[in-house]
Amino acid sequence: MPGMVSLTLAGFLTLGIMSFVYKDNPIYKFCESIFIGVSAGYYFVLIFYQSLLPQLTDKIGLTGALTDSALAYYRQSGSLASVQWFNLIAAVLGMMMLMRLLPKIGWISRWPLAFVIGSIAGLKLIGELQTNIMTQIQKSILPLWAPQYVDGSLSLAASIGQSLTNIVLVGGILTGVIYFFFSKEHKGVFGGAARVGIWFLMVTFGAAFGLTVMSRMSLLIARIDFLLRDWLHLLG
Amino acid sequence: MMRREIPLFITSVVGFIFVIRFFIPHEPFYSLEDVSSSWIQVIQAFAIWLGILNLLKVSLDKIYKKERGWGYSGVIIFSFLAISIAGFFFPLWEERPAGYSYLQHAREFLKPGTSFDWFYWYVYSPLSSTMFATLAFFIASASFRAFRARSFQATLLLLSGFVVMFGSVPVGNVLFGWLPAGWQVSDIADWVRNVPQVAGQRAIQIGIALGIISTSLRLILGLERAHLGREE
Repeated sequence: MPGMVSLTLAGFLTLGIMSFVYKDNPIYKFCESIFIGVSAGYYFVLIFYQSLLPQLTDKIGLTGALTDSALAYYRQSGSLASVQWFNLIAAVLGMMMLMRLLPKIGWISRWPLAFVIGSIAGLKLIGELQTNIMTQIQKSILPLWAPQYVDGSLSLAASIGQSLTNIVLVGGILTGVIYFFFSKEHKGVFGGAARVGIWFLMVTFGAAFGLTVMSRMSLLIARIDFLLRDWLHLLG
Repeated sequence: MMRREIPLFITSVVGFIFVIRFFIPHEPFYSLEDVSSSWIQVIQAFAIWLGILNLLKVSLDKIYKKERGWGYSGVIIFSFLAISIAGFFFPLWEERPAGYSYLQHAREFLKPGTSFDWFYWYVYSPLSSTMFATLAFFIASASFRAFRARSFQATLLLLSGFVVMFGSVPVGNVLFGWLPAGWQVSDIADWVRNVPQVAGQRAIQIGIALGIISTSLRLILGLERAHLGREE
């Protein structure tokens, strides 16, 4: 009954990790070490198949499974000119990254790191301006009086409700941004606005905290459900 | 020069090319993003491998020197090898679909029924989800300390956390069922999530974006050198 053996193993590992709630113990440490090793192995394999094979060996035609675009080009032109040999540079940069393991020539890993950091800095410099500044500001320019119509006639209650929501939203964003502005001392009206900004940030952190607690609780319920229902069959 | 100046030069040139690419959306700048994202994926993959190989190196070192708790390092190595062998070599002992090469079969390592899939469902998944689930207990004890209403700001944190938690579960509306319609705890939780939380998040996002932009500019101009480590 291999299913039962697998479930018992999963149950044992679940209980082993849960035992840490009581106190640190050898069974927890054993399960924790399995978790570390298995996680490392899982990503070792996953990265090989999902990043290195498609981005490297497929593109330079090593695996014989060319990418769709290269195959399309091959069918059209009858040549393999589209095999992207320049991707070998990426392999060389990747190998340079591994040089970090050898202390004497570890500095070589700075070159690929410099390439990654340079590309990301160049992309983010404009990308962040477009997505996280312009778009957020655009979304935040809201009418402070927002008339709402129900069946063609103005609804005062709905209009006041929507307007208040917009005022809270715009006010919260403005004061929150003021709080993050440290080039001017937080005094007087500016200091007051920064203080309101902190209140909004506190509400944000509280809500984020609440959501995190709830997500962890649902994970815990799922594990207990696994133990009692799937493994021990104590629940129907 | 090889250790600092060349990496600085690479960072500046590559960063500058990507900024130019935005203003000149033509070849050869146009296709640079595709090439670069592919190269970055390869380098990132090697960087993650570097971390994993370093973990193995540290663990083997611990076993070799018989340091305290070296047995656990052995468990790490053993579990790493077990799942890796399952991931790379499962086509050796599992039936290969007709017409499939070894690599074609190996690429289907995530398919249900493979040895790697077994490791995922019966070892990795229970361990990782239980590890995160036990955080619920530690969050509970942390919240007990953090959620004491010592100041107005702490009270706001307490209230919004409380409202969101009770608003997400049916028991919230049962306990506070006496509240008028439209003002139930789930309605208030929705409002907190959609209005003040959105306002705070947008302010944080704008702040982070400004920070990223200024750091990127400093990196491209060569003013920020922390990523190159210490001077040798």
